[in-house]
Amino acid sequence: MPESATLACREQFRTPGQQRETASIGMWVFLANEVMMFGGLFVAYTVYRASHPEAFAAGSADMNILLGSINTAILLTSSLTLAFAEHSAQAGNQRLLGLFLILTMLIGLVFLGFKFTEYYQHFQEHKAPGIWFNDSSPYAASIQMFFVFYYVMTGLHAVHMIIGLGILSVLLFRAVLGTFTAEYHTPIMFGGLYWHFVDIIWIFLYAIFYLPGLHK
Amino acid sequence: MIEAVAAKTQKNYLNEKQGILSWLLTTDHKRIAILYTFSITAFFFVGGFFALMMRLELLSPHNWLVGVDTYNKLFTMHGIIMVWFFLIPSIPNTLGNFLIPMMVGAKDLAFPKLNLLSWYVFMLGGTVTVYALFRGGIDTGWTFYTPFSTTYSTTYVVAAAVGIFIAGFSTIMTSLNFIATVHRMRAPGLTWFRLPIFIWSMYANSVVLVLNTPVLAITLIMLAVERIAGVGIFDPALGGDPVLFQHMFWFYSHPAVYTMVLPGMAVVSELIPVFSRKPLFGYKAVAFSSVAIAVLSFLVWGHHMFVAGESVYSALAFSFFSFCVAVPSAIKVFNWTATVYKGSVSWDTPMLYAIGFIGLFTIGGMTGLMVAVLGLDVHLHDTYFVIAHFHYIMVGGTVMAFLGGVHYWWPKVSGKMYPEGLARVSAVVVFVGFNLTFFPQLILGYLGMPRRYSAYPEEFQMLHVLSTAGATILGLGYVMPLCYLIWAWHYGSDAGPNPWRATGLEWKSSSPPPMHNFEVTPVVTAKLPYDYEAMKEELQLA
Repeated sequence: MPESATLACREQFRTPGQQRETASIGMWVFLANEVMMFGGLFVAYTVYRASHPEAFAAGSADMNILLGSINTAILLTSSLTLAFAEHSAQAGNQRLLGLFLILTMLIGLVFLGFKFTEYYQHFQEHKAPGIWFNDSSPYAASIQMFFVFYYVMTGLHAVHMIIGLGILSVLLFRAVLGTFTAEYHTPIMFGGLYWHFVDIIWIFLYAIFYLPGLHK
Repeated sequence: MIEAVAAKTQKNYLNEKQGILSWLLTTDHKRIAILYTFSITAFFFVGGFFALMMRLELLSPHNWLVGVDTYNKLFTMHGIIMVWFFLIPSIPNTLGNFLIPMMVGAKDLAFPKLNLLSWYVFMLGGTVTVYALFRGGIDTGWTFYTPFSTTYSTTYVVAAAVGIFIAGFSTIMTSLNFIATVHRMRAPGLTWFRLPIFIWSMYANSVVLVLNTPVLAITLIMLAVERIAGVGIFDPALGGDPVLFQHMFWFYSHPAVYTMVLPGMAVVSELIPVFSRKPLFGYKAVAFSSVAIAVLSFLVWGHHMFVAGESVYSALAFSFFSFCVAVPSAIKVFNWTATVYKGSVSWDTPMLYAIGFIGLFTIGGMTGLMVAVLGLDVHLHDTYFVIAHFHYIMVGGTVMAFLGGVHYWWPKVSGKMYPEGLARVSAVVVFVGFNLTFFPQLILGYLGMPRRYSAYPEEFQMLHVLSTAGATILGLGYVMPLCYLIWAWHYGSDAGPNPWRATGLEWKSSSPPPMHNFEVTPVVTAKLPYDYEAMKEELQLA
């Protein structure tokens, strides 16, 4: 790609630097908005966990802690490989950039695979909320509520993962076309920010769903 | 007709490209503003029609026109359409979209494609909501209180919730665009304290919308999950807490009330200095009061639940913060009046609306303090007093400001003047109609008339009839500008670049502005905005 083309900016901007900084503000504002969206769910979870501590501990004890922990490690690894991809983009190494993007997407897919395996296990154990739910304990209604939050929150997280995979696919496509250079790689950085954000959300989800049952 | 005009005028954003596709695929913020204007005007008259039907039903103490079930649907759809499809997008997405890039001296918003996408998303959300309406409507009230909305209502709750959820994305996109534009797209020399107050208020407004809209989105998701899957989140019969829904809903919706009035304040802060020929009094105080309102807006939501089983300590805190909101609001009102004081005031239509705004907003604000009093709220909660209070803010405030802004910037948007005499009459008709509609409702509420009832004791009939008469006049007042503005678009006299001899970058461009707003990027050297003393000579020439 000729340098003049890579350093051009869209017509509403005066310089490429202005374009990059504007995009950066936009990205962080978007992430603030995402924090508030998940924040609403975290608040509701916290309110009900405070009012039904036993039920939430019992629900958490039904989690597959082994699979959850492995999955957490897997997702963190994907953040690492994506950080390598960002580094390759900064260094202008097109081949490594593509490679790390593919690797990140594969690891992301493995995470989703394990996640859906867990969903299926809960479904088989009649822990999926709704008409299939079956629990004989005295807190059955509240345990079901725990699973409602589990499915809604990890489900919303999974939706974000799937959107993230879509973003990475577009980035990969553009990387293969040679769009990104050592001078211009803003989309890679912002794709990375999104992915890392989704990872951070998972760390909190892991803590609130898998860990409360441990000391039971 | 437009072609004929185009032939004798220079190239501008309206005639540079032709054809329906050039509008539907445009990324020009000015054209998108016009697309939004069509949409919200349509929604406004749909919502207004529901209001008129309600007022007709209330002419008689007994159900005589639509009946109880339809009445429930009328006030619900009136609220949903007016709040999410008119008030919240009204000033930001039309005037804001058009003016923010021009006022900061930019060629466009930061993300023009996102801007166009936000209009399509808005229309999709509107379509889904209108679908819910045609399938038979929804009867929960615009607040969707649980467990009625999740368990007992048999109407199209999920469809309406999905429509609002989708429209929320449009709000977020626009707000994000505004924030990035104000931060990074300002012209050389245009520092934060040289910005028009319009920009300050719209910026504060956008920050609020970016932070509260996602909470509504997630609340509506939980509501839909409970309703569809029948699992307990908010329904007490299933182990949920209905007050939690109210907390989450008002965490969104109370700041949302301020996002309806902040843009109104933005417009009025522009109008007052121009028609008083004086700089805005206390510029920095007015600028920071917008920020203060934005911050405080997140600390007052609990005042909607004083009688809903909230703990007395949080009620005290929420009551205290609600009083605090009066401080920045009063700063604005006092500074506006101080600007008018000893100014060379001219009573053009925008100024009539601005003065009307100040009066009605003050009544709305003062009645707001009354319902913020814990003891008084027990008596006034869920009565017409509350209805009248928030209509004074939203209709008396925001809609007046919107109309004032539309008249003021009409010459810039269309390049044509509107008929001034007729417009002044309409401003007076709106003011009279508004007060006749809502002042009786303040009294009704104080006497104990509860909201959301289609039948009432006979002693209230006189006040209800007055209110309905006022609503009819108000409706006429709204139809008038619709007619003469359409007329003026085609037949109005040419306005010239700066008919009001106003400061501000938007007036330095031709009317209608060219495709990219300015022939050359403006450089700002004036130390203050609205400096009518220093700019006297320059403005005389223009």
